[in-house]
Amino acid sequence: MVLFPVTGHLSRPFAASGRSTLAALGSVGRAWALFAGSLRAIGELRVWGPMLLPQMARVGVASVPIALFIATFTGIVMSLQASYTLTGAIPHYFVGTLVGKTMIMELGPALTGLTLAGRVGANISAELGTMRVTEQVDALETLAYNPLAYLVVPRVLAGLVMFPFVVLLAIAMGIASGWLTALELLDMSSAEFIKGLRLFFAPWDVWFAVIKSVSFGAVVTGVGCFCGLQTEQGAEGVGKSATRTVVISSMLILCLDAFWAATLL
Amino acid sequence: MSIQLDELRKSFDGKEVLRGFTLTVEDGETSAIVGPSGCGKSVLLKHLVGLLRPDGGTVFVDGQSVPELRKKELVRLRRRIGYVFQFAALFDSMTISANIAMGLRRLPGWDRKRIASRVEECLALVDLNGLGERYPAQLSGGQRKRAGLARAIAASPKYLLYDEPTTGLDPVTTSVIDRLILRMRDELGVTALVVTHDMTSAFRVADRITLLHEGRARFTGAPAEVRTADDDVLRGFVDGDPALYYGVQGGQDDGA
Repeated sequence: MVLFPVTGHLSRPFAASGRSTLAALGSVGRAWALFAGSLRAIGELRVWGPMLLPQMARVGVASVPIALFIATFTGIVMSLQASYTLTGAIPHYFVGTLVGKTMIMELGPALTGLTLAGRVGANISAELGTMRVTEQVDALETLAYNPLAYLVVPRVLAGLVMFPFVVLLAIAMGIASGWLTALELLDMSSAEFIKGLRLFFAPWDVWFAVIKSVSFGAVVTGVGCFCGLQTEQGAEGVGKSATRTVVISSMLILCLDAFWAATLL
Repeated sequence: MSIQLDELRKSFDGKEVLRGFTLTVEDGETSAIVGPSGCGKSVLLKHLVGLLRPDGGTVFVDGQSVPELRKKELVRLRRRIGYVFQFAALFDSMTISANIAMGLRRLPGWDRKRIASRVEECLALVDLNGLGERYPAQLSGGQRKRAGLARAIAASPKYLLYDEPTTGLDPVTTSVIDRLILRMRDELGVTALVVTHDMTSAFRVADRITLLHEGRARFTGAPAEVRTADDDVLRGFVDGDPALYYGVQGGQDDGA
């Protein structure tokens, strides 16, 4: 006999939130296991060593065109908007300051990171997800390979090493395009732009960008590997994993962006 | 005893797939486990190589309790087991030769020349000579299965596990795969466990056949005994008679 029939309806949201909490805690546990297992797998150099260079090419070199494309237009827009904003009381050479400072400290790392979350993260997730659902990951294990050493370690290391290079190239391209825009469209001279560029420049700014991009590289590749290896249920599951990777990576990149600004500046 | 499963239990999300499955496979024997799709046959195989951990019961392979093995011991055991996956599970970014060489690269003392020579041997053994430089996507279903078998036997394993080796193949290719399974037993002397729902294939390759039904071993016997057994569920499965099979079971199992 049901004494309080309404209780079932009322308890559903609580039950649902309980299930979500348990699922989230389970994911955190699995992510931790992947992290700890991958750290141990670094010792298996003979397994991941030969995979590192190809992964560096895929994660880094192949990402350069899209990163440069975005940086080019970001530099142009930054230059034009800075000029528009600074019209009047503020000297025009501050266009160089604004373009340089924002490209180095924020837009270069963050935009590149978000772009690579889509390009690299989704790619890794889809690849490992497909391997998971077609039992290729199981096959690796039966052939006495540690999948973390073979699949995860080279991808994450490639991300750690290559993201800063891609970001530095993007920063350089953004500043160069901003500079050309200033010369061609804003009637500024190179001397003016460079004067502004050097005005508040500190070498630490570049290190700040490098630190951020290393952490973005770890997040994008790590989340891609995690979501890929957790894939279930065929092609639909692969699609979901890729989407989840982009969403989670993007959110973590923005959180890290704020974290580094709060702790390092 | 080469392979011994005792009271093996495994559940997924509260659904009990294996409910105390017991099986023994003797040295040099080819044993087949038959049952409908989704009854837990592949789950069972994955316990033998430590891809899954049992909820209860014991799993012994080569005298070692698989769930209790440490990582390095498990790796050593896996080198003695070849696993032929249902859809071959070939690494699609590699050529067939590179696929076959994968396991060999992990073996101590194997240089490139020796690996290349063994790869050619394995390709010849499964009649895939000259196809080593192709990619899995360039092969037919039967060729992919044979390539998966070549990869599994490359390290000269003592045990071979076949997961639905003939699923999705035409009768002629099925016969080719069955002959290869027998060839592996006769030429390499392996102990083999074949899980399949193809009774023709099971009768052809197995020394003993076990029906996996509702998570347990319902019947075990030689092919001749299976043909003459009067167990209704077994008869229903062997003859493909749903009324007999599900009639006794009391409704179609949705599988695992």
